Amino acid sequence: MSAHELISATASVLADRLARGEVSSVEVTQAHLDRIAAVDGELHAFLHVSAEALEAAAAVDRDRAGGAAMSPLAGVPVAIKDILCTYDMPSTAGSRILEGWVPPYDATVVKRLREARLVPLGKTNLDEFAMGSSTEFSAYGPTLNPWDLERIPGGSGGGSAAAVSAFEAPLALGSDTGGSIRQPAAVTGSVGMKPTYGGVSRYGAIALASSLDQVGPVTRSVLDAALLHDVIGGHDPHDSTSLTDAWPSFADAARAGAREGALKGVKVGVIKQLSGEGFQAGVRGRFAEALALMEAAGAELVEVSAPHFEYAIDAYYLILPAEASSNLAKFDSVRFGLRVNPPGGGTVEDVMAATRGAGLGPEVKRRIILGTYALSAGYYDAYYGSAQKVRTLIQRDFADAFAEVDVLVSPAAPTTAFKFGEKIDDPLAMYLNDVATIPANLAGVPGIGLPMGLAPEDGLPTGIQFMAPVREDARLYRVGAALEALLESSWGGPILRQSPMHPEAESNAISTKKGGD
Amino acid sequence: MSETAALDSAQVAHLANLARIELSPDELEKLTGELGVILDSIAKVSEVATPDVPATSHPVPMSNVFRADEPGETLTTEQALSGAPEHDGTRFAVSAILGEEQ
Amino acid sequence: MAKADLMDFDKALELFEPVLGFEVHVELNTRTKMFSSAPNPANNEFHDAEPNTLLTPVCLGLPGSLPVVNEQAVRYSISFGLALGCQIASSSRFARKNYFYPDLSKNYQISQYDEPIAFDGSVEVELASGRTVTVGIERAHMEEDAGKLTHVGGATGRIQGAEYSLVDYNRAGVPLVEVVTKMITGAEHDAPELAKAYVAAIRDIVLALGISEARMERGNLRCDANVSLSPRGSGKLGTRTETKNVNSLRSVERAVRYEIQRQAAILHRGGTITQETRHWHEDTGTTSPGRPKSDSDDYRYFPEPDLLPVEPSAELIEQLRAALPEAPAVHRRRLKEAWGFTDLEFQDVANAGLLVELEETVAAGAAPAQARKWWTGEISRLANASSVDPASLVSPANVAALVALIEAGEITDRIAREVLEGVIAGEGTPAEVVEKRGLKVVSDDTLLIAAIDEALAAQPDVLEKIRDGKVQAAGAVIGAVMKAMKGQADAARVRELVLERANA
Repeated sequence: MSAHELISATASVLADRLARGEVSSVEVTQAHLDRIAAVDGELHAFLHVSAEALEAAAAVDRDRAGGAAMSPLAGVPVAIKDILCTYDMPSTAGSRILEGWVPPYDATVVKRLREARLVPLGKTNLDEFAMGSSTEFSAYGPTLNPWDLERIPGGSGGGSAAAVSAFEAPLALGSDTGGSIRQPAAVTGSVGMKPTYGGVSRYGAIALASSLDQVGPVTRSVLDAALLHDVIGGHDPHDSTSLTDAWPSFADAARAGAREGALKGVKVGVIKQLSGEGFQAGVRGRFAEALALMEAAGAELVEVSAPHFEYAIDAYYLILPAEASSNLAKFDSVRFGLRVNPPGGGTVEDVMAATRGAGLGPEVKRRIILGTYALSAGYYDAYYGSAQKVRTLIQRDFADAFAEVDVLVSPAAPTTAFKFGEKIDDPLAMYLNDVATIPANLAGVPGIGLPMGLAPEDGLPTGIQFMAPVREDARLYRVGAALEALLESSWGGPILRQSPMHPEAESNAISTKKGGD
Repeated sequence: MSETAALDSAQVAHLANLARIELSPDELEKLTGELGVILDSIAKVSEVATPDVPATSHPVPMSNVFRADEPGETLTTEQALSGAPEHDGTRFAVSAILGEEQ
Repeated sequence: MAKADLMDFDKALELFEPVLGFEVHVELNTRTKMFSSAPNPANNEFHDAEPNTLLTPVCLGLPGSLPVVNEQAVRYSISFGLALGCQIASSSRFARKNYFYPDLSKNYQISQYDEPIAFDGSVEVELASGRTVTVGIERAHMEEDAGKLTHVGGATGRIQGAEYSLVDYNRAGVPLVEVVTKMITGAEHDAPELAKAYVAAIRDIVLALGISEARMERGNLRCDANVSLSPRGSGKLGTRTETKNVNSLRSVERAVRYEIQRQAAILHRGGTITQETRHWHEDTGTTSPGRPKSDSDDYRYFPEPDLLPVEPSAELIEQLRAALPEAPAVHRRRLKEAWGFTDLEFQDVANAGLLVELEETVAAGAAPAQARKWWTGEISRLANASSVDPASLVSPANVAALVALIEAGEITDRIAREVLEGVIAGEGTPAEVVEKRGLKVVSDDTLLIAAIDEALAAQPDVLEKIRDGKVQAAGAVIGAVMKAMKGQADAARVRELVLERANA
């Protein structure tokens, strides 16, 4: 395979070639490291590139040659969102306060990647502590959208989404608290899955909002997401909220979905509250086409109402800051991370305040103070307490809807990628980016986002989202893969083939350095 | 919602102190304005949060998740101190403490 | 505050009614911590660990780490709740108590707030007079302990004036049960004694359950005492203070007495009591105000999202109820009979808080009377002299060993006191102290005879006197021999030998 082929192939294709010995993990890994070296200086998807990737790849090749049994994705490179702890790479959460911090342990999902012999390529950029929808709040500078370098790649997991959509990595891990996997996927033309709450371990994922956070795959195909989910999912005794369910093979579900007729008789609920007002025309247009395509393939479309979804953002922006204000209290300059001594010294209280004042960015401060307020005596019932009740109402909306339909569908994001700076000073406008994705986090249900075409008005990717009942993640892989197959046959290939950063693209957005080859 | 009226800068300063975040006067002023706008917007949750609606803390209800009382792997002292800004070899070091233990 | 600012206790009681309340923290002795699989330093097995060696990422609050509840700690807490006569909640939850402090690794403590595991119980507390007081229990809840701070620099090693502090997080995450009493009225003159007896009762309960080492000097059992005074006839409650850092049974009693006298003096002068936390100072026997806590007005409690509700089944609760040991009060009646003590003798031991020590000493083989004699006598005297609890000085096993040495005639009572001092000084078991200090009774007759011969040579007329029937003349020789043996001889045996010589 040529270097172009190696970096544009999906993980499942690479896995097959690796298994057949047609290509080595070192070759695959080297091709991706070269790609990162060529484009990431400008794109800035990575905060850290692993120095051990080639060594890990070589070890996989050696063991494979020695006849060792290998898991399906062994030898395939993977990028890791920098919210996940890695014992051999800094884990900063995109914050100054954790600059250079190398944890003494691996997150469970990272441990599982290593056990399955995937090759960690490095750590990807994000909004500080995953608070944001654009990566503009990363303390280390934003990641650019591979489709248009003047635009945001979504957030918080813009680094992971950009890394896979710019062909720097075939697979990446993300985390999704209110849409941080699905919204970046939508604006970069990639696939992202937020599993059922408790389906994937949170141990070692630096907590934003404990009752909302979930780790999941970011990829270029539904099957790849399923393959990665199979690796990272399942019960973890280190996470009390981890489900003990025995999960089916998500890869099998995705393969079944890609077969013809998979949508026949599937009841698809179109959420009234998430399909009209506030959504960009091109998003609405592509959404309607996708629905038509599904209907033509035998799906039954049903309009469903979720009356309390209109309160979802409000509830979310109380619950998240409240939990975050507590979760982020540990960054106090005592055990890890930055310490800033105020001029002339001071007490430990002064040092803590100075450190947090200097080490945390504006959005993080905003949310911590908002959360501190929402939990304060006298305000708890009106704010946090009320938000927890809204959560119940949203769960009821989902329960009512799923009594009627198999999956729910909506656009994954209201607009295509916006330009840097456009919303950075308007928190409320920024928060609206997650209008479609937040309800799933509040209710704990799984949601998958995949590309549904380019908006005619700006030629930028749009994304569609499916949601299923709690524990029905496999259903999303089946339906997602089915729609993906329909769309790709209508486009004549994956959407990313149309990206200016596709390795075969005629005009590369970033003129890659050709020095080596 | 009179009880949750917009914040003034003294309240924001108090909250920042509770959260141990030093704010510059500019930051304080900017935040006070922003938080007021955000709070106005999100306060509508109380419209539907009627007394008959139970609160949900966990998206997927579970209970009695326990661990057996068996010692597991521990960090070495070196690992424990590896990220510390200051330590004396066995313990973490901090500046003098003003307040009493709680 | 100078002693002069205290009102005479009896006068204080004339003018005011003391109202008490206690918060007792008990460290459970599970093998691992409350929310982490790190070894628990409140378990004897791990007590001596070096700083920062009993840690997982959870104990340090490392980013990404998550708590998981120790099942044994929950079972212990339920048993404890049952032993306190409490109801066990069919569903209870953990909550986060948010405040910044460097010994608190996450800057929140996982505790229980509005849904404690146990609530609404009572404990019978027996006083020296034989009066029994029922102390109502408001709640008992599970939580985690914080790390330990050492203040460096400054004159006193206290927080004030320290230049910097060092943190050891070994204790961070140790399982705690906090027992909160209802308001206690009607204790009157017995208030200080009741305070001590209540804490002793809690100690006896957890020891009987085997759920804590309960050693106050190690902080396994800690008491915060709330005291307020209600002016007689006013029907009004006074402002309360909360005294912390009370680390022995004796101090609990003293601290409550001190607060009553201090508050009475202030109120009598027309002053007001500030609602505050006060710290007990063992050395001066006084309390002093803590610094006001800026965060304490607002702990921002909310349900701990990383943990799930604890919902013990009725079966589990009944199973644990059935397994409860004999209630300490019942147990005491049984012990009194078994030991054959008079009411007074038994009360003497109970009031000194030494029942458990006595029981263990007897179990280790000592006669009850001997065990009582040593614990309430010499050991208590030494403990009083250094203001510590007797139990912290010497183990029951060593007391039993000491008694055994006396019974075997290897040491005399007088020598035994010296041996005890050696044991307390950490020189080893009684047998080892006897060996090291060379205190063994000289039972070798040839040595004794040599000493007798020497004494007789100096007092040649003694043998004659004895033969003339003046047996008391032997005393001079016996005295000289005992002196030569540095007391380590059995005087009766020496006497026998002298008489044998005279009659030879």
